[in-house]
Amino acid sequence: MSSVLSAPASLVGAFTPEAFATHLAGLPPTLPAWWIARKRAAYERFASLPLPARTDEFWRFSNIGTLKLDGFTLPVGSSLASAPPHAPVGIPEAATLVFANGRLHSHKPLAAELSARGVIVDTLQNALVHHEALVREHLLAQPPKLGSAKFTALHEAFLDDGAFIFLPRGVELEHPIGIFSYALGATAAVFPHTLVVAAENARATVVEYFGSDADTHAQFAAGANDLYAGHGAQLNYIGKQDWSRAALSFQSNSTVVRRDARVQSLNVHLGARQARHESLSQLAAPGAFSEMLALTVADSGQEFDQRTLQIHQAPNTKSDLLYKNALRGTAKTIFSGLIVVDPDAQKTDAYQSNRNLMLSDEAEACSLPGLEIQANDVRCTHGATSSRIDPEQEFYLRSRGIAKQQAEELLTFGFFEEALNRLTNDDLHEALRVLIRTKFKK
Amino acid sequence: MKPPTDTDTLFAPSALDLAPDTAVMENPAVGIDQTAGNFSYKVDYAFDAGTGLSEDTVRYISSVKKEAPWILEFRLKALQKFFSMPMPTHWATKDLENIDFQKIRYYLSQGQTPKRTWDEVPDDIKRTFERLGIPEQERKFLAGVEAQFDSEAAYSNIKDIVAKQGVIFVNSTEGLREHPELFRKFFGKVIPTGDNKFSALNSAVFSGGSFIYVPKGVKVAQPLQAYFRINAENFGQFERTLIIADEGAEVTYMEGCTAPKFSTSTLHSAVVELVALKGAKIQYITVQNWANNVFNLVTKRGIAHEDAEIKWIDCNIGSRLTMKYPGVVLKGERARGEVISIALANDGQHQDTGAKMIHAANNTTSNIVAKSISVGQGRSTYRGVVHIPKHLKGCKNNTECDALLINSNSRTDTYPAITVRGDKNSTQHEASVSKVSADMIFYMQQRGLTEAQAMSLAVNGFINDLARQFPMEYSVELKRLIDLEMEGSVG
Repeated sequence: MSSVLSAPASLVGAFTPEAFATHLAGLPPTLPAWWIARKRAAYERFASLPLPARTDEFWRFSNIGTLKLDGFTLPVGSSLASAPPHAPVGIPEAATLVFANGRLHSHKPLAAELSARGVIVDTLQNALVHHEALVREHLLAQPPKLGSAKFTALHEAFLDDGAFIFLPRGVELEHPIGIFSYALGATAAVFPHTLVVAAENARATVVEYFGSDADTHAQFAAGANDLYAGHGAQLNYIGKQDWSRAALSFQSNSTVVRRDARVQSLNVHLGARQARHESLSQLAAPGAFSEMLALTVADSGQEFDQRTLQIHQAPNTKSDLLYKNALRGTAKTIFSGLIVVDPDAQKTDAYQSNRNLMLSDEAEACSLPGLEIQANDVRCTHGATSSRIDPEQEFYLRSRGIAKQQAEELLTFGFFEEALNRLTNDDLHEALRVLIRTKFKK
Repeated sequence: MKPPTDTDTLFAPSALDLAPDTAVMENPAVGIDQTAGNFSYKVDYAFDAGTGLSEDTVRYISSVKKEAPWILEFRLKALQKFFSMPMPTHWATKDLENIDFQKIRYYLSQGQTPKRTWDEVPDDIKRTFERLGIPEQERKFLAGVEAQFDSEAAYSNIKDIVAKQGVIFVNSTEGLREHPELFRKFFGKVIPTGDNKFSALNSAVFSGGSFIYVPKGVKVAQPLQAYFRINAENFGQFERTLIIADEGAEVTYMEGCTAPKFSTSTLHSAVVELVALKGAKIQYITVQNWANNVFNLVTKRGIAHEDAEIKWIDCNIGSRLTMKYPGVVLKGERARGEVISIALANDGQHQDTGAKMIHAANNTTSNIVAKSISVGQGRSTYRGVVHIPKHLKGCKNNTECDALLINSNSRTDTYPAITVRGDKNSTQHEASVSKVSADMIFYMQQRGLTEAQAMSLAVNGFINDLARQFPMEYSVELKRLIDLEMEGSVG
């Protein structure tokens, strides 16, 4: 650890070697040794990696001057400043796990019938002990490829507890599983993690929600998730990021889609002052399909920095990305997407689209839609647009007697519907619509 | 390192034996057929800055050109800038690291004053251009020609009728010496020395290139052409071009280039600045066909004032690595910028091309259409920047990039960067990657075409709408070249 102890304070901020030692000491003694060793290695990486530099292509257009790691406090024990607010999925859940400052706060267990069939919804700490092999194979198994190696290492080092979901072969869940992660306290730092492993032909929906106890708390989040869809599995994932408006957030999602499997993920971005979201989708075997959707309501003072990577590693795979941002006030959004088609991934069908709706003269939208194609028999297209509300559509509504502000709202919600309509669950669709409207009317 | 007098010819004796007219060339000036340019004659250079780069190299170049002190100062500052800047490999290809700046010869010439008639051009240089067909082209359809051989223009002439309108068409040395009041104002202003490492290098060692001034309201009917030829091995060509179109003026400029194929690498690093004043129109056409050992690292940018229009037509076929992103700064209201780009990358080639559109006034519009074809293991890359800053209104950009991959191991990349501020502008970007459809090939084969013919036809169809914007002579050649490149690429 000598190299780490000598690391400059600016590289680690509040996440000092002492804080890391305290974190390790607070973990249950039952955790496997390999996991502790991995956490130590991750801390070494975190402490030695530099913060993003201006010349770093992965951080092009990002505001890097505000990525300061000082002033945050790590959760100590189980002392909570307040109880987490209640934010249900909006429809009945098959099971829920509620985390507050990284520790399990409450939960609703699975129906006995589902447990009997082998479905697991448990904490990561329990799973590390009881389902060690599964966790070891999938937990943070994909190396970060989108620029946040330092923050992913920080996540791994300080990851306390998270959610573990296992769906055995052929099981289909009728209701979604809800995972809630809250940051509580003025300067709390949290490291949420959700690991989902779906075996052959399993089907489920996972809804994840990130929230804070107050919108003014300068909190910190470095989260990650791993979605693994085995042969023929179908996973729907919805992430709702609603951190405090003063928070700094990093989230790194990694999805592996196996043969004939299908993963649909929708990330809704509402909170944080600066939120970086990295999404990696690997189409690992023929027939795999990944649908990546995102909706962002960016308001004054907020920066949303979304980076995506669709890697086609096998022939006959498909990916479809649609990221929609509505920008108000002085908001800034960055979309940087890359489709990579490996040399043998013939018959790839990949699509990538970024649409920015400019609702103010002060807003700034940056788009970096990229392609790297090394196979010739492919269909790859991408598109990016930035524009205001269509004046003709607005005129039409206003000529029908609808007030200007209302017309704008209607058209903005219509803008989001294109992505929300891809959801097959109508109740979830409605719940998300309400969530977005609430933020929009704030 | 070989002394400069040892410029062996690649096809040693046979090159000298070949009469110019025996080469199969429909239009060699266009220089698209690479085989046409693959020869080299032995030339005695009277001026040689030696191998390697230092302050002395820069002082030597400046002194043989008898430059004003401010130019030497400008060059020396640029050299320091060049040494201090890192190679841009954090985003660009690592192949750049293979350039050894100390193994390059920075200045070679027979003299600094271009001849006004072909009769005066020394025989050893004249036969090169005759073989490339430049004098013939000039008689046929050009308003003026400048022919650069290594570092300096060997020939420069403008038709009387154009000269009488007040059009100035000289090389950079003459331009700065004879018309400092005209050119100094814009020289290095569109592309500052420190814009990038290679513009700094060019600013330190520039030689040759065209300085053009078109007076108010003058519309030059026929194109002006420059032809760039690299003859010597291990040579670096650093021409500098500045074109100023005064209010309401119109001009079309074409450049072609060839070099023999040496086994060592050659560097070509130009800086081209265009200034279109109120209501002026500049069209700049490039057909780049360097040999496969040339690093072609060029900075091109224009400033379009009120109601002005700048159009870059950029066709990249040769070179080992090309990095070139012609740009337009849309400085005046209603200015318009356009980049039409065609790139063809074959085995061992990387065409890293694109466009830059910087909107800086209201109601400015820009359009980028880029088409690339990757053959064999060729790699083509589109890289673009579109920037619309705060508080502008009515700005529009349209970008379309299409890539065609011919073989299963061909590669293409697209890296656009679009920044828009405010709710009164709009941008749209679209890109697609495809191959020639099997159905299409089958249909044509069924009608009696061979697979290669069908492929050529399909590829020509792919770029047809862009090729039509080239002058006739160029688009005919382009088609022929594609037929050539497609040979052996299928089956």
